[in-house]
Amino acid sequence: MTLSEPYRLFFYLFGTMAFVGLNAAYLVWVERKGAARFQRRSGPTEVGPAGLLQPIADALKLLSKQVLVPPEADRTLFRLAPVLVMAPALMCLSTLPYSERLGARDLNLGLVLVFAFGSINVMAIMLGGWASRNKYAIISSARIVSQNVAYEIPMLLTVITLLMITGTMNLREIVEQQAGGFWNWNICKLTANPLMPVTFVIFFICMLAETNRAPFDMAEAESELVAGAFTEYGGMGFGVFFMAEYANILVGCSLATILFFGGWQSPIGVLPGHLWFLLKLYALIFTVVWVRWTFPRTQFYRLLNLSWKVLIPLSLVTLVLTSAMLKLF
Amino acid sequence: MQLETIKAPGSPTEGQETFVLNLGPQHPATHGVLRVKLTMDGEYITRAEPVCGYIHRMHEKMGENRTYAQFLPNTSRIDYLSAMHYTHAFVGVVERAVGIEVPPRAEYVRVITSELNRIASHLVWFGAFLLDLGGFTPLLYAFDDREKILDLLEGITGARLTYCYYRFGGLYNDVDEAFLTGTREFVTYMRPRLDMYRELVTGNVILRKRLEGIGPISAKTCRKYGATGPVIRGSGVAHDVRKVMPYSVYSDLDFDIPVFPECDCMARYLVRMEEMAQSLRLIEQALARLPAGPFVAAKVPRVIKLPPGDYYYAVEAARGRFAVRVVSDGKEIPYRVKLRTPSFANLTLFEEASRGMMLPDALALLGSLDLVIPDIDR
Amino acid sequence: MKRALRDLLTGFGSLLTGMRITLQQFFKPPVTVHYPHEALKMPARYRGHILLVRDPETGKSLCIACKSCEKACPSDCIVVEGIKREGDKKKSVTDFKLDFTKCSLCGSCVEVCPVDALEFSKEYNLASTSKEAFYQIDLVKRVEARDP
Repeated sequence: MTLSEPYRLFFYLFGTMAFVGLNAAYLVWVERKGAARFQRRSGPTEVGPAGLLQPIADALKLLSKQVLVPPEADRTLFRLAPVLVMAPALMCLSTLPYSERLGARDLNLGLVLVFAFGSINVMAIMLGGWASRNKYAIISSARIVSQNVAYEIPMLLTVITLLMITGTMNLREIVEQQAGGFWNWNICKLTANPLMPVTFVIFFICMLAETNRAPFDMAEAESELVAGAFTEYGGMGFGVFFMAEYANILVGCSLATILFFGGWQSPIGVLPGHLWFLLKLYALIFTVVWVRWTFPRTQFYRLLNLSWKVLIPLSLVTLVLTSAMLKLF
Repeated sequence: MQLETIKAPGSPTEGQETFVLNLGPQHPATHGVLRVKLTMDGEYITRAEPVCGYIHRMHEKMGENRTYAQFLPNTSRIDYLSAMHYTHAFVGVVERAVGIEVPPRAEYVRVITSELNRIASHLVWFGAFLLDLGGFTPLLYAFDDREKILDLLEGITGARLTYCYYRFGGLYNDVDEAFLTGTREFVTYMRPRLDMYRELVTGNVILRKRLEGIGPISAKTCRKYGATGPVIRGSGVAHDVRKVMPYSVYSDLDFDIPVFPECDCMARYLVRMEEMAQSLRLIEQALARLPAGPFVAAKVPRVIKLPPGDYYYAVEAARGRFAVRVVSDGKEIPYRVKLRTPSFANLTLFEEASRGMMLPDALALLGSLDLVIPDIDR
Repeated sequence: MKRALRDLLTGFGSLLTGMRITLQQFFKPPVTVHYPHEALKMPARYRGHILLVRDPETGKSLCIACKSCEKACPSDCIVVEGIKREGDKKKSVTDFKLDFTKCSLCGSCVEVCPVDALEFSKEYNLASTSKEAFYQIDLVKRVEARDP
């Protein structure tokens, strides 16, 4: 069923915002329940059946708090930063196809757009820390910027490796090329790139670092001392940053599904496409939660060392290997 | 012996303006009310001045106002995580002074309960240390194991943390069969759990990079400040009160002291993990050798008066050497009770050891010293 | 070079081992006891605040008001008063007040009592809106209200 243009716009606008909003709220529930189960506890159980209304209670709590703008802070930038962090996540979702027919825009440069918006995210966090006029917020946001910049490079290198195999940046076509059983998924294309699982692992690690998730959560948890880049944000200002973090995880995992695991392609042709997409997406999100609750944090300079000294050489190796394989076979 | 320090890139620049940061009394990483005034040059600490006394409860003064039997609850509360050892030291000094002979059954039960308490204390250290480093999950696993110990000890003493179980000449009451069976089951349960911790945490590359080479404390520094326990055993010196000045029945039992020469945080970590395994070994031997008999000495004077003089008794508590020195003038109330606590000595070396370190590394060092602040302030 | 690669592989392997262990723990049941809805059973020797033991024959306490517990208490929590009634061999207690705000549950009073008139209760749920629940607990009143 194809809708005419205004209805289509309406549907995707509200659909995307609803999807992101619902996920950002309920990924908190998934995280808390997941953390609890990994730790042999029960997680939220009181509010609603199995704690399902807990995110609503948390949202109400955040909404009822005063958003205090510090007197010396730059008012415009301070208020702009949370919006700027949330917006790229929503924009990226406009390019991601969820099934054969669900996809807001079918852009030929879909992949590049996602990374372009990811960079805006980095700048927005920097703005948030800078506008707070708080010594520790600035230190923390400076660290986040250097971390994100360092990890964008191996991420892009792995994506280039993939681009050499797929030959197109259109996300829909990338998924369509992976049709016909799971051995056609990009992660299994070992004839093109024997180190494909390594490429996926590098991409996953970079995605964790880009979204500031543990074990790379210097931003939030360097709060061994102070509260990091979001110190001065209270109430819904903080709530939006929080939601934006989960929205970024959503975008990152969607991208990983599309690029490596075949998007909506089903290994056995039973369920409709979008259900397979959601299944794969949530499996990856579960892995993100799993990694967070298993490992301690690294030190900051080791984090950067990991990127510059380990991941970039490895991704360059896979790049060269892939180009060699594609040329020869 | 060469000490190799892996220094973080860059180093404190000379002549830079420094600022004072307060690692305040209320802080998640200091495990109690300890204030550390850090003079920092950017990310590096130029001087760390610990300020203690926020939880000074005057235990030593209370010792001068209470009879020997009335002081017993205080001993559990000095370091509440390894309360059995502290009570042991105090009853030991009185028994040594008056000459009360403790029956062997009581001695073996004291060993079993002390070693269980040591494992419980090390489990708390393990969980809290990893929490500081950002790994939230092993805390819950460690506390699950600790619950089993606390349930066992609650079954015989009635309390979970401040036991007040030992009395002059023996124990408050005898252990029952449920405790003995439960302890045997616990030993068989705990060994695979220690293997799990080794796989999950000790072998983890992130943790190893976080702890290896960080916070070197040489044996000379330890001797200078009087640090004992896992701190000095992680610096290569095999000093353990149970071997050096054996008390109770430790001389009859067969166990090893883990010693690691590397002097870094990882060495202290490994010492404590190994100590848990050795404690399990001690518990097994004590259970096997537990004789039947009375649990308290037959002739214990109703009113305890120590002959005038100076008496001393040291035990190996979970954090190091804890010693009680009682000066008596013949009355039923001591003239002076001096408590030599391990955390106080371990804390004083933090100032020298943390110079030039980055803040997260200094916090890792503080965690590896295993300080309990009420133990410092008494 | 080779060593660096080997370190990388063992390092990555250790991460996967850690994840396997947490996943195994994921599928085990939670150990939480959901407190208000479920409760743990207190062990027999649990140390709650002290209570006077009720003599099943007379329905009163066994206490002879010798004040040994009052002297033994490190924290001055106990106040005992008693009188010797006509025809009784020993004193009987008229007033036994426990100041639970200072009690450290050391058990000296229970231990030192010559007639074993004191025991520990199993009460741990002591939140109350009235001071009498902890400040001067009237144990004589409580012993008469106890179940035989």
